[in-house]
Amino acid sequence: MASHRDGAPEPSDAVTTSQQEQEQFPNPGLPHHPPRLTDVDPRRAKKAERQVAWLFVLSILGSILFFIGFFAVRVDGDFYDVMNPDPTSQLRLQNFLLGLGVTFAMFGIGIGIVHWARTLMPDHELVEMRHEVSAEEDRADAQEIVETVLDESGIKRRPLIRNTLIGAIILAPLSFITLFRELGPIDTRVLSHTMWDEGIRLVRDPSGTPIRAADVTLGSTYHVLPENLLEVSHQDGYLEEKAKAVVLLMRLKPEELNVSADREDWNYDGIIAYSKVCTHVGCPIALYEQRTHHLLCPCHQSTFDAANECAVIFGPAAHPLPQLPITVDSDGYLIARSDFHEPVGPAYWERGRQKKEMASEA
Amino acid sequence: MSNAVNEYKPATRTGHIANFVDSRVGMSGIVKEFGRKIFPDHWSFMFGEVALYCLIILILSGTYLTFFFNPTMDTVVYDGSYVPMHGVEMSGAYASSLNISFDVRGGLFMRQVHHWAALLFVVAIAVHMMRVFFTGAFRRPRELNWVVGGTLFVLAMAAGFTGYSLPDDVLSGNGLRIIDGVMKAIPLVGTYLSLFFFGGEFPGHMVIGRLYTLHIMIVPALLLLTVAIHLFMVVVHKHTQYPGPGRTEKNVVGFPVGPVYAAKAGGFFFIVFGILALLASTTTINAIWNYGPYDPSPVQAGTQPDWYIGWVDGALRLMPGAWPWHWQLELGGTWVFAVLLPMIPAAILLGLFFTWPWIERWVTRDNREHHILDRPRNAPFRTGAGVAGITWYAIMMMAASSDLIATHFHVAFNDVLYVLRFLFIFGPFITFEVTRRICLALQRKDRELVLHGVETGRVVQLPHGEYIEVHEPLDDYARYRLVSFNSPVYEPARPNAKGKVTQGEKVRGKISRLFFEDRVAPVTPAELEAAHQHHELEASKH
Repeated sequence: MASHRDGAPEPSDAVTTSQQEQEQFPNPGLPHHPPRLTDVDPRRAKKAERQVAWLFVLSILGSILFFIGFFAVRVDGDFYDVMNPDPTSQLRLQNFLLGLGVTFAMFGIGIGIVHWARTLMPDHELVEMRHEVSAEEDRADAQEIVETVLDESGIKRRPLIRNTLIGAIILAPLSFITLFRELGPIDTRVLSHTMWDEGIRLVRDPSGTPIRAADVTLGSTYHVLPENLLEVSHQDGYLEEKAKAVVLLMRLKPEELNVSADREDWNYDGIIAYSKVCTHVGCPIALYEQRTHHLLCPCHQSTFDAANECAVIFGPAAHPLPQLPITVDSDGYLIARSDFHEPVGPAYWERGRQKKEMASEA
Repeated sequence: MSNAVNEYKPATRTGHIANFVDSRVGMSGIVKEFGRKIFPDHWSFMFGEVALYCLIILILSGTYLTFFFNPTMDTVVYDGSYVPMHGVEMSGAYASSLNISFDVRGGLFMRQVHHWAALLFVVAIAVHMMRVFFTGAFRRPRELNWVVGGTLFVLAMAAGFTGYSLPDDVLSGNGLRIIDGVMKAIPLVGTYLSLFFFGGEFPGHMVIGRLYTLHIMIVPALLLLTVAIHLFMVVVHKHTQYPGPGRTEKNVVGFPVGPVYAAKAGGFFFIVFGILALLASTTTINAIWNYGPYDPSPVQAGTQPDWYIGWVDGALRLMPGAWPWHWQLELGGTWVFAVLLPMIPAAILLGLFFTWPWIERWVTRDNREHHILDRPRNAPFRTGAGVAGITWYAIMMMAASSDLIATHFHVAFNDVLYVLRFLFIFGPFITFEVTRRICLALQRKDRELVLHGVETGRVVQLPHGEYIEVHEPLDDYARYRLVSFNSPVYEPARPNAKGKVTQGEKVRGKISRLFFEDRVAPVTPAELEAAHQHHELEASKH
């Protein structure tokens, strides 16, 4: 029962039990168990037996339906082909028949067995006594065994052995943990540079065609990549570079733009380019509302004000989108003036330091 | 032993088989232990079973999928039979996921069974946990099994997330991108963690293979091990039972495993499978072919994570990043509080969840074994606290759909978030108090029933003209259900053996007052007697 390890009284136990013993209603015992119709009427029992059998037959029919769906439905040709929609509807039919077949096969067995148990198997509740989780004598014996084992091993008497063993056991797994160092590189500077550089053309995503400044009308938006990204293969890190270099291009009236002193030549006649990677946790910011100049991230709804150097105006992002300085080349195409001046994407431990370094480089 | 007097001589067919098996591997003990073991029966004990069956179906369908899935990020040019993707460059993982959906007969069905089973698995675990919490089944001796169960919930989320990311479509890639962002926010080591996890910069060429190892080996192995421990402890403790006539703390009332319980539980497996098959055949889940291969540039509006990740994603959305100040600090490094702080509610919720049995034991000083469950109304504070926790969880989960709420109900998105932020802070307190009040009211209703009986609807006129409705007193069995519950009382702080009231004990006393200050005690025989006399007095007065 309650252990009195610290010798303190445990009155709550005592009070509640004695109070309850005195003042509780006696347990009336299990109520009378009324027999079911199937217990007293053999015809009802026979009927239940037939119902169970029919349910099992239903399961057999379900399995047959599955075979029909699998073998008899011809699914030939290409799917979601606007010229030939038949294979797609055949595929739908097949999936439906397979699933329906399994459904009936399973329901038939399941409901059949449960019905069997409820109507024909004994429904008398039985009583079993609980045992103590563990006998207290066993606990004492176990304690004694453990102490004997420890004693015979001598680990308590020989601290030299014990301490060197602890040291060895702590250190040995470290070598295996060290192996995991090879999971990836630790040069975090890769995060701060993208493929953008002076003179790189801005091209449309995904067509890859360059953008003439004159084509960017007021209120329009372009999803933009650096032209040199198109030469990178998937094996050489196309997705990794794209994940950092994607840019959103917009044109506002120059007088609507709030430009800080050091960014005066970063836009071209109201055309501005900002990193499309959300500074919150990195989703692409795909939504631009031209009337309010707001950029919205569809993942967590961080909202940035394009007219105000993409400052955060709502949502969980904590710093503005980095701006890509742009201008035009001699053919009138938009080009980058440089890489971003701060790391793009979500913030990380080294970000502040890297931003400072990039500023001093520039 | 060979000279035993009563040598076992098999007489029946079963006996011969039993003799053969038992004399070689000794199975009789197990049959004796489990063959007629008693399990209490109640509909609310079913949810844990649903979870177990979902896990079995997940393992079966998942094993099938591994035969066709190719966990590689090497690119291929798609040439399968799904026309809109013809000639598109994509990872082998995405291409093989498309093949499973379109070119493997029955593959789409198995994919959808697997995904639906995963969703139902976590639902079943969550509902099972609620059942255990609200009925107090976590109390001694089952505290450790409560922790094991909580571990299963976390593992189920891990299994879900690692699997959800495998097809390498735009949606799952964005999920990984968010994980990348959250990892990077961890101070000091976050950037390295991200670089290690992805094998370099996001998305890299490694992560699908690594997630695959986690999803089909490590997480399932941990799940199975934990389930084994969970069930082992259920056997050791025997199942809890609801209070009722004939049930005591010392017995178990229910059906024997063979044949009734095994039939019901076994049959139920097929029913669960049938429901999942019906879902998989009629309702598309995760139509990866619509999304396209992962590309860091496109994203869809209205994207949602699988439901069980929703609460963490919603917490991210609730956090204001630049109000009232920018939640990003330079202090030896960049502290990304805008991402770190939203992880704290999850830590608090899980922390309270795991420690609740010990919190309650400390407050009530109740160290007895409990095998009889509480009806939720009979533990008003616990029930209120549970509902508060669920409310907090639900608000976070709703926040993960804040954009959809805004578009579906045509309200400003910002307003939705303001309301949810308000509810995030105050919602749990409101639902706590409302629930507690409802519990107390239900307890009073129970008292009323016991003391004055059931309204029969029979109105009679007394000789002197008064109309009264006849109340029927409850029978012994019905009454016992309503009066046989534990009703802990407020335990003020007490001095310890040295006669000193410690600071911790004072805190305990205060919390105990909070728990049990408002309390409706069960009716005692004396009270019932008094009520009867009162009724007779009333009747005789006229």
